[in-house]
Amino acid sequence: MTTVFVPRDSAARSVGADEVAAAIETLATQRGASVEIVRNGSRGMMWLEPLVEVVTAKGRVAYGPVTPGDVADLFAAGFLDGNPHGLSQGLTDQIPWLAEQDRLTFRRVGLVDPLSTEDYQAHDGLIALRRALTMTPGQICDEVTESGLRGRGGAGFPTGVKWRTVLDASGPSKFVVCNADEGDSGTFADRMLMEGDPFMLIEAMIIAGIAVGGREGFIYIRSEYPDAVATMRAAIQRAYEAGWLGPEVLGSEHQFDLKIRVGAGAYICGEETAMLESIEGRRGMVRAKPPLPAIEGLFGKPTAINNVLSLASVTVLLTHGATFYRDFGVGRSRGTQVFQLAGNVARGGIVETAFGITLGEMIDRFAGGTASGRPVRAVQVGGPLGAYLPPAQFDLPLDYEAFVNAGAMVGHGGIVVFDDTVDMAAQARFAMEFCAAESCGKCTPCRVGAVRGVEVIDKIIAGQDTAANVVLLEELCDLMAEGSLCAMGGLTPLPVRSVLRHFADDLDQPKGVHP
Amino acid sequence: MTLRESAPRHIPWSEPTALQIVHAHLGEQGPLLPVLHALQETFGYVDPLAIALVANVLNLSRADVYGVFSFYSDFRSTPPGELRVQVCRGEACQSVGGRALAEHATSSLGVDFGATTTDGSVTLDEVFCLGNCALGPSVAVNGQLRGRVGADEFDRLVHPGTSNIGFA
Repeated sequence: MTTVFVPRDSAARSVGADEVAAAIETLATQRGASVEIVRNGSRGMMWLEPLVEVVTAKGRVAYGPVTPGDVADLFAAGFLDGNPHGLSQGLTDQIPWLAEQDRLTFRRVGLVDPLSTEDYQAHDGLIALRRALTMTPGQICDEVTESGLRGRGGAGFPTGVKWRTVLDASGPSKFVVCNADEGDSGTFADRMLMEGDPFMLIEAMIIAGIAVGGREGFIYIRSEYPDAVATMRAAIQRAYEAGWLGPEVLGSEHQFDLKIRVGAGAYICGEETAMLESIEGRRGMVRAKPPLPAIEGLFGKPTAINNVLSLASVTVLLTHGATFYRDFGVGRSRGTQVFQLAGNVARGGIVETAFGITLGEMIDRFAGGTASGRPVRAVQVGGPLGAYLPPAQFDLPLDYEAFVNAGAMVGHGGIVVFDDTVDMAAQARFAMEFCAAESCGKCTPCRVGAVRGVEVIDKIIAGQDTAANVVLLEELCDLMAEGSLCAMGGLTPLPVRSVLRHFADDLDQPKGVHP
Repeated sequence: MTLRESAPRHIPWSEPTALQIVHAHLGEQGPLLPVLHALQETFGYVDPLAIALVANVLNLSRADVYGVFSFYSDFRSTPPGELRVQVCRGEACQSVGGRALAEHATSSLGVDFGATTTDGSVTLDEVFCLGNCALGPSVAVNGQLRGRVGADEFDRLVHPGTSNIGFA
């Protein structure tokens, strides 16, 4: 029996992984070959998807990108024995792109059968939870704080401090909420983790519950991720059956129940207080802070809200210790970040690495330049609310503070590359347009400012009173940044200003023409 | 299998069924979103008649229910086309031709985003990110993700008789 891995990740399926799996099954039957197909998560090398791996005595041998039409040829070449073929990538673990990463949070993604509890435990699953069960809630919070872990959703707030605040809040009923409303264009790590290693998130949620004194958790997943929703639901079911969730977590006195909530197409619900409103059954309108959700959150109870990757990182640091985790990274950005290389890149996908790598290394070494082969002109880091950076800024190290000081943000680690055909005036306009479309409408700077922003940029593009309108746009950006209730209106000026600062020529010249 | 065959089966609006759905969620905390999702999964849309019905059972005002229904772009008040086609308009897809694909989608189908073709075969929606940002431009057809979709591939996916799901 030969084990063949074909990813079930929705990105792999988007380019034909299901059809490749079916072709392998059909041909194996025809040829009388004994093959077990395991649908794993994706290794995150998207340009090689669908990536087929065969288990051999030497290790897992990779072939990709495979089309259904290649399968007969792969059989003929003896791919079940790991033999050479034009699509052979050698041993998966030795592919330099992968080998040069620090896969901590993503260590199991692509390696295991996502819904196998046995596979999970065979790859260090539950070590963190078993350890947490021997600790006091305060000890867990302290260890998370010592690791230096900061919120991976984008805000970068220290996770341990947040948990301590919830732990110290009074009240018998507290909640743990996972923010899996990964709406930023250019980001897909939360999705891949949920599809590729769902038990890691479940384990982390239980640990969070123990740490803050909560017995109930919600994972809020956006509706644009139906595969992630289905995988998480199936994994939760299995976790209950295995006694990981329920009245006695792993036979302990801790109770933890976990539910999935599905969003409904509102970007703003990725903002934590809008998310709480949505779970409670209301419009996703942002709440004013204070009170902090840690004190008065879901249904008015103290609530720990964490991003998927922050939670997953907790299992890493509890498995290996706070010091191990803190030893990765630079300055106040400790540990690893799961960067996502996206857009016009030759080699896109997941690059998990310690903070501190420069943007240029990321683009040149990992992304390998653009897919179109044209020069890189702009890179948007941190989603629709992140700045556009020109190649002149490629020496910036990817760490929270360095990016803030450069008028940018690391955010959730999405890196979107554009080649020299991009019209940056259109990108600035889109930032305002997106804000206008997705604003919850609660505060005026965001709701009205974004609409005015589109109008002013249109005038600038049309060459109407350009100098005065650029001043007006700057003032509008000041107002939105200073006066908005949350990051939606508050950070929309970031991409707009970055265009004014680095790509001003595009605003002065007729559309589509730039040096 | 064609994508058309993969279309979710919806049943016509029925008040007793709608009532059953709402009652099935009564024990949940904050049941309104799960209720609206379940109604839409069953009927393909949230019938305007459902607003008062849901408000009544959940002890909310009709304004509350309508306010939530209308806030979220997923929920629709009319039956959808056989195929729900979502075209990603996010920046990562823009960087690899997403703007051109969006223009092609509206001209090829002859409808704007948010509308259904006159023959009721396709509902065209825009979406801001499908999480397939290294394999754009991305489109989802009845929830199934497709990557690297150019104009020809788009037409193959959405036009009747040609919409084979396979990649072979």
